Amino acid sequence: MTVVQTPASAIIRGVRAFFGARETGILAALILVIAVTTMVNPTFLFSPDGFRDLLLTPSILVLIAVGQAMVIITRSVDLSVGSVVGLTAYLTGRLFIDVHGIPIILVFVAGILAGAVLGLVNGALVAFGKVPALVITLGTLYAYRGINVLWTGSNRVNASDMPADFLALGTNQLLFIPYLTIIALIVVLIAAWYLRNRRGGRELYAIGSDPAAAQLYGLKVTQRVLVAFIVSGALAGLAGVLFAARYGTSSSQTGTGLELQAVGAAVIGGVAIFGGSGTVYGAAIGAVLLLTINRALPILGIPDFWQQAVVGALILGAIVLDRILALRLSRKLIAKREVSHE
Amino acid sequence: MSTTQTINGPAVLELHNVAKKFGSVVALTSATLTVQPNSIHALVGENGAGKSTVVKIVAGLYQRDGGEFLFRGESVDFGSTAAAKQAGIAVIYQEPTLFPDLSVTENIFMGRQPTGRFGRIDRKAMRDEAKQIFARLAVRIDPDRPADGLSIADQQIIEIAKAISLDARLLIMDEPTAALSGVEVERLFAVARSLRDEGRGLVFISHRFNEVFALCDTITVMRDGAFISTDPIDAVSEDEIVRRMVGRDVTNLFPKQETTVGDELLSVENLTATGLFHDVSFTVRAGEIVALAGLVGAGRSEIARAVFGVDNYESGTVRIGGKRVPKRNPAAAMALGLALVPEDRRKQGLILESSVSRNATLAIRKKLASFGIIRSASENRSARIWADRLRVKTASLDTLAGTLSGGNQQKVVLGKWLATEPRVLIIDEPTRGIDVGTKAEVHRLTSELAGRGMGILMISSELPEVLGMADRVLVVREGRITAEISRAEATAENVMFAATHAEGVAR
Repeated sequence: MTVVQTPASAIIRGVRAFFGARETGILAALILVIAVTTMVNPTFLFSPDGFRDLLLTPSILVLIAVGQAMVIITRSVDLSVGSVVGLTAYLTGRLFIDVHGIPIILVFVAGILAGAVLGLVNGALVAFGKVPALVITLGTLYAYRGINVLWTGSNRVNASDMPADFLALGTNQLLFIPYLTIIALIVVLIAAWYLRNRRGGRELYAIGSDPAAAQLYGLKVTQRVLVAFIVSGALAGLAGVLFAARYGTSSSQTGTGLELQAVGAAVIGGVAIFGGSGTVYGAAIGAVLLLTINRALPILGIPDFWQQAVVGALILGAIVLDRILALRLSRKLIAKREVSHE
Repeated sequence: MSTTQTINGPAVLELHNVAKKFGSVVALTSATLTVQPNSIHALVGENGAGKSTVVKIVAGLYQRDGGEFLFRGESVDFGSTAAAKQAGIAVIYQEPTLFPDLSVTENIFMGRQPTGRFGRIDRKAMRDEAKQIFARLAVRIDPDRPADGLSIADQQIIEIAKAISLDARLLIMDEPTAALSGVEVERLFAVARSLRDEGRGLVFISHRFNEVFALCDTITVMRDGAFISTDPIDAVSEDEIVRRMVGRDVTNLFPKQETTVGDELLSVENLTATGLFHDVSFTVRAGEIVALAGLVGAGRSEIARAVFGVDNYESGTVRIGGKRVPKRNPAAAMALGLALVPEDRRKQGLILESSVSRNATLAIRKKLASFGIIRSASENRSARIWADRLRVKTASLDTLAGTLSGGNQQKVVLGKWLATEPRVLIIDEPTRGIDVGTKAEVHRLTSELAGRGMGILMISSELPEVLGMADRVLVVREGRITAEISRAEATAENVMFAATHAEGVAR
């Protein structure tokens, strides 16, 4: 056809898409939180530690939220990620204690692989058992945690058990940016690229949008869902290794509750809980917003016991907002159709 | 009465004596169909004749149990829809299945997007091709908009665009015009003709004969899962086709009691719900069985659900014995003496995991309760009465409803509603999927209830049942009552004609 795309119109379209995007709103909220908190206490942003914490604190949750987003996009959910983080964090410590002089890179590989295997178990149960992921991963949440308790007992891994080079990864930075944040950023970029540009990525959206239609299209539904769970598990495994590096400790309770934060981050970031829409950028920004608010509230003088409520309100607000936006969009689309049929 | 072989290469599709069983239910006994290239082939038959099963076998969704299946001259066995699609078969369903969250372009190319380096999807190429296809089809659909909110007609265009983009040699359209307006039908037909002229084979399934005769060049009739005939369209008349579709003895089975028709019990006036049904008015009198006949999807169940108050409607009134039934309030409708035995008994009629006695007494829980507590003894007592009267075959009243046969399940649902002592009973497809013996029992029972002065509104897609049971037949087509035919005048032909014949459709 003959519609010529001038650069100017492409830019206008890009700008419009940016301001129309669901992620922009979350980003604006994040900037607002940072701005207000910084006004109350300038060290929140304008101090080496403040800036570092801002980036460092959410990095591990960002990794998990990315995996969670991929699973939620297929209309599933992975509640076991917190337990996977616990298991792999302890595995990391054990490897350093039991295998003397083990290369750090090997520990990373082991953590990621272990996470992937745990994710594969989830995915296989969901894909072949035809049982909702909510139930399956609730089961594995407890099962994996149980294994962790059995294995760890009352032991704990301490910073002194791990090499200094490894611990440095968790806290040091390249120029101004912590290593952890760089890793998280790379993961976000790769996942976003995959979801947007590869057939496999687009099919995840298709499966979540209408599973029956995906079946009729002849998409490899089982395989794709399996992959999403494996990725979620692998990212949780990576997060577990980084958790050990960042905090220098892990016990049988490491990572407890992370799964709900990850789901919350994805939902706040505009990943629809019924699948089919949302981006990992949104989920990542959602994770940053969630943890930044947690740190900002004490500074703003809001009492401890309100903090959980604020997070809850944020999630509810995000869901209500999504619903309103979806209704408005579908009304607009129907109106458009009525007009074109006149 | 035989397939014709033409000279221009092998047929696109050839089915010979294809059979398909689901458990003990035989869906197809011997389906035979030959579709030539450059041809639009009509496939017609009553509801349940096996057309949809044929489509699903060709589409790779089901696998045949017997017979031959040749595609472009080669014997094929599709294990999945993907395999059939890969080979060049596209199916356009009445209700297209698209991904609402994704863009129109993505919907067309999902699963086989053009890719470049690193497996990156070439969005521009994809979008350009979508635009090209739309230009060729002379339709204006924004390729970037999400599929959510598209009209059924536009969704079908997306499905056709899909078929074109994978260069399908065979296109099957399963009742594509059911939800379309006149203009949209014309647009679809123009597209279908141009696809035919490109050498593709098309199968067109429709109940609207004027459309079939306007569009198709060959016509195959199916009945009861078997092939009946294939003819050039010019060689047969509409009447002849209808006769072949119906063609069976319709007077057996039905022990209809003569009743005296009494006062008006149910009266429905100008009931309208946009997109579902329009301006529906009718009455049911005491002792009368009124049938709502018509094709699947004509809006009969929707009318029944609205009357009972399950679904909302925009305007119109429903009265029982002169008292107005409020909208969207099934409890009030029940209190006024209305009962609805739904179409899908497993989903809407029964709690499969509950016992027979609990199911049978569900609708009278309030009546059975004393001080808010229901005792098993009173439940069983009430259930026992109905189980005996309806001759429910069950080991005990504690048996789970889900383990009963279809016919016995239906009796339990019927018992549940009869226990409320309704004045008007609406039954939706009362004998679907139940064996012949139980069928006759349900018919006898229905007739008996009418004999005792109950008003009955029966929805049925089975013509013999309609003709055998009803005192009056109301024919619904596309959400409107198009004919009211008395028992004496009702014949298979005139009911079928009213159910399928649209006046103002594009030729």
